[in-house]
Amino acid sequence: MGLPLMMERSSNNNNNNVVELSRVAVSDTHGEDSPYFAGWKAYDENPYDESHNPSGVIQMGLAENQVSFDLLETYLEKKNPEGSMWGTKGAPGFRENALFQDYHGLKTFRQAMASFMEQIRGGKARFDPDRIVLTAGATAANELLTFILADPNDALLVPTPYYPGFDRDLRWRTGVKIVPIHCDSSNHFQITPEALESAYQTARDANIRVRGVLITNPSNPLGATVQKKVLEDLLDFCVRKNIHLVSDEIYSGSVFHASEFTSVAEIVENIDDVSVKERVHIVYSLSKDLGLPGFRVGTIYSYNDNVVRTARRMSSFTLVSSQTQHMLASMLSDEEFTEKYIRINRERLRRRYETIVEGLKKAGIECLKGNAGLFCWMNLGFLLEKKTKDGELQLWDVILKELKLNISPGSSCHCSEVGWFRVCFANMSENTLEIALKRIHEFMDRRRRKEKMIN
Amino acid sequence: MRLIVPLRGVIQGRGGLFVGSLIPCCLFYFLQLYLKRRRPPPSDPTELPRTSSRTNLFSRGNSIGRVRVSSRAVPVAKPSDSPYYIGLERVKTDPYNRITNTDGIIQLGLAESTLCFDLLQRWMSENLMESMMQSDDGEFDISSIAMYKPFEGLLELRVAFADFMSRIMGGNVSFDPSNMVITAGGTPAIEVLAFCLADHGNAFLIPTPYYPGFDRDIKFRTGVELIPVHCRSSDNFTVTVSALEQALNQARKRGSKVSGILFSNPSNPVGNILSRETLQDILRFAQEKNIHVISDEIFAGSVYGDKEFVSMAEIAGSGEFDKSRVHIIYGLSKDLSIPGFRAGVIYSFHEDVVNAAKKLMRFSSVPVPVQRILISLLSDVRFIEEYMTAHRQRIRDKHIRFVEGLKQLGIPCAESGGGLYCWVDMSSLLTSYSEKGELELFEKLLTAAKINATPGTACYCIEPGWFRCCFTALADEDIPVIMERIRQLRESSRS
Repeated sequence: MGLPLMMERSSNNNNNNVVELSRVAVSDTHGEDSPYFAGWKAYDENPYDESHNPSGVIQMGLAENQVSFDLLETYLEKKNPEGSMWGTKGAPGFRENALFQDYHGLKTFRQAMASFMEQIRGGKARFDPDRIVLTAGATAANELLTFILADPNDALLVPTPYYPGFDRDLRWRTGVKIVPIHCDSSNHFQITPEALESAYQTARDANIRVRGVLITNPSNPLGATVQKKVLEDLLDFCVRKNIHLVSDEIYSGSVFHASEFTSVAEIVENIDDVSVKERVHIVYSLSKDLGLPGFRVGTIYSYNDNVVRTARRMSSFTLVSSQTQHMLASMLSDEEFTEKYIRINRERLRRRYETIVEGLKKAGIECLKGNAGLFCWMNLGFLLEKKTKDGELQLWDVILKELKLNISPGSSCHCSEVGWFRVCFANMSENTLEIALKRIHEFMDRRRRKEKMIN
Repeated sequence: MRLIVPLRGVIQGRGGLFVGSLIPCCLFYFLQLYLKRRRPPPSDPTELPRTSSRTNLFSRGNSIGRVRVSSRAVPVAKPSDSPYYIGLERVKTDPYNRITNTDGIIQLGLAESTLCFDLLQRWMSENLMESMMQSDDGEFDISSIAMYKPFEGLLELRVAFADFMSRIMGGNVSFDPSNMVITAGGTPAIEVLAFCLADHGNAFLIPTPYYPGFDRDIKFRTGVELIPVHCRSSDNFTVTVSALEQALNQARKRGSKVSGILFSNPSNPVGNILSRETLQDILRFAQEKNIHVISDEIFAGSVYGDKEFVSMAEIAGSGEFDKSRVHIIYGLSKDLSIPGFRAGVIYSFHEDVVNAAKKLMRFSSVPVPVQRILISLLSDVRFIEEYMTAHRQRIRDKHIRFVEGLKQLGIPCAESGGGLYCWVDMSSLLTSYSEKGELELFEKLLTAAKINATPGTACYCIEPGWFRCCFTALADEDIPVIMERIRQLRESSRS
């Protein structure tokens, strides 16, 4: 599990004069043949549109945040757009902008990011702008960290269920393996010390060197924050094994109630011992909380000087456009705006979450109790004919073809229990969400009637 | 092993006391030994026992091992010993400014052009907001720039790039947008190609002298080696098939697998334009050996000489060769003077390479708002014509001045027709005709003359004394200042 799949390369036959490609190029570790992505294809071919295609496929497999677009639009339109383009200098700032390609990143932008990250954590942790390394998105940040922390054939431990993209982002070019830390619904999929130990042992038994643990907090796909005690246990574990701890906190601003989120930064804040701190690294991005995935802005925040230096240099392969840095620096430093944005965004996500969970409940479907993110973790185990991965995929296919809803099956997230599905709710209008819920209701009604007839 | 010192039994009598304590001691120690041998070794020698008190553990200090980074990360953070990077760093400490710091170090080590900033600035102030924020109905719709878009670049941008590249490369070659992938700069473009065409431990042949940045761009993470193919001033540093053949054979003898040839055209650092015949020779050689060809054409629009620029794409499209082995790199950092924007291109005739590169773009894509600006910029045909004409003319003028200034000092340059620099023969200033002599001159130029020029050693040039001097960020007034400093350096060396 979690081992990279490699296609057999066609035999290198110089007689045919067909030029050879690398293993990276021919491998299918990009994972784009999995159901997670197949559903997207179905959506692309028949996308739902409120007016033009009301019976099309509704995309509930993409974790995108569109609920607060109006706030961004208003800000960008009204608040001195010219200035925000080039920073405080206005158009004359163009000269520096055009030439600036320093991998240190714009100081003003790093300061703005640090301040934004502090605000999200309610000031419970401080961030030093000089420890921020900018990358073109969190995808690049996770890959970069993996290159730095692990060698080919080493492993990172990742709790299941996890974001399907990790199989590609952490393994494809890096050659690093993922060893899963199995979590299950008996304790709401929280990571236990036993599960950690077991994963570590599994790796050791296979002669694989473990270099770190990578968690997502709040979790994707669970839509729930990681408890403070679990974070402490994790850090404890990493210290004992002398490995790294990476916390992908890309959804930290999407926690419905700020008080329910504990960042690993808060834990580290109270620790003086460098040998403990320097194994902790945080990944963040503006793609989810700020709803700007198109801007490609991610960061690595590391408490390890060597990692910061190395990541900075490696970020030449994934720099953020200077123009984008300028534009966002002024927006993120505007504390009045960011405070308002964070507050309203949380509130709207919470309401969406409640709408979907209530709607599903009325249809007789339970979800994991969540408190964050752009999705809910839905339990359809009771609908499975066969309690197997195939059974789950069959149900997924029915939901895609009959209900025209693209949701993500738990097996694509490596969930050890079958029947769970991730359903995104923030990338559509409220109307569309109602339509989706209606389709689910109708489906469940049809099933109940069918069952009655059979009985 | 915990040593337990047994309590001596209280036994009556001297002998008894002795025996009574010795025997239990021995037994005890043998028991300890036996138990130790039976206990399994700890799975990780550095693992610490679990403690119930968390704060105690975290405050243990020295007993916790320092966590390590990967072995491939180690060389990345080391300070570079290449004069290319050393020179760039030194300029930062004391940069020349013709008003505020006339004694500062003049930067001739960075291939960037500011010659047409006035034109770009004008365009940006007139068009930037509109090009980024506009939607179909004229209203600003944030979803047009905020949402996920295909990582390989919007179709409109690839179309605009295809058209732009065709124009600046002489109009004899057309580019198909579906063979194109847009990257966050030329740096990721070359790395992604290396990842796709070669495995860890394989190699590319690369004619020298070559751009020092390739060492990092290619070696850092891919593990692909660069094998230099030495070129000589007698050929104006143009690569020959016999040199390629020799390098390939030597590589094979060493057990090195060569996956392709990488070269730049216009070449960096020499600035020469490869002839049609040379390009054909290279492609023919690659076909014979069944390897790839990567042509870095990032300076294609910065051609100022009389020689015509021919893209490898044109040769590949001629039908004479198998084009699936041809890959082109391009970008806007040099020709359009916007390295900060980060916009590069991988153009490949191999469908699988394009597909793999598209998927890898998730790690290095261009922000959507920037793409919209670029679509607008590259599609503004009238502006592009005006810009490219001025760009070429101004480089030409500056080149003439710079080369003339050096000529007055008796310092010749290699023949060049493109790029933002010239390849200068400073061998007459060397105290010894060797790499050592060249590095000494580099240091003297930097410290005494306060000029940063990139020495040939950093570019793996086999003949000592050559330096790359970038002149496209200089004002006309700066040139006599530079020449005077070189003249003084020479005077002081003679005395």
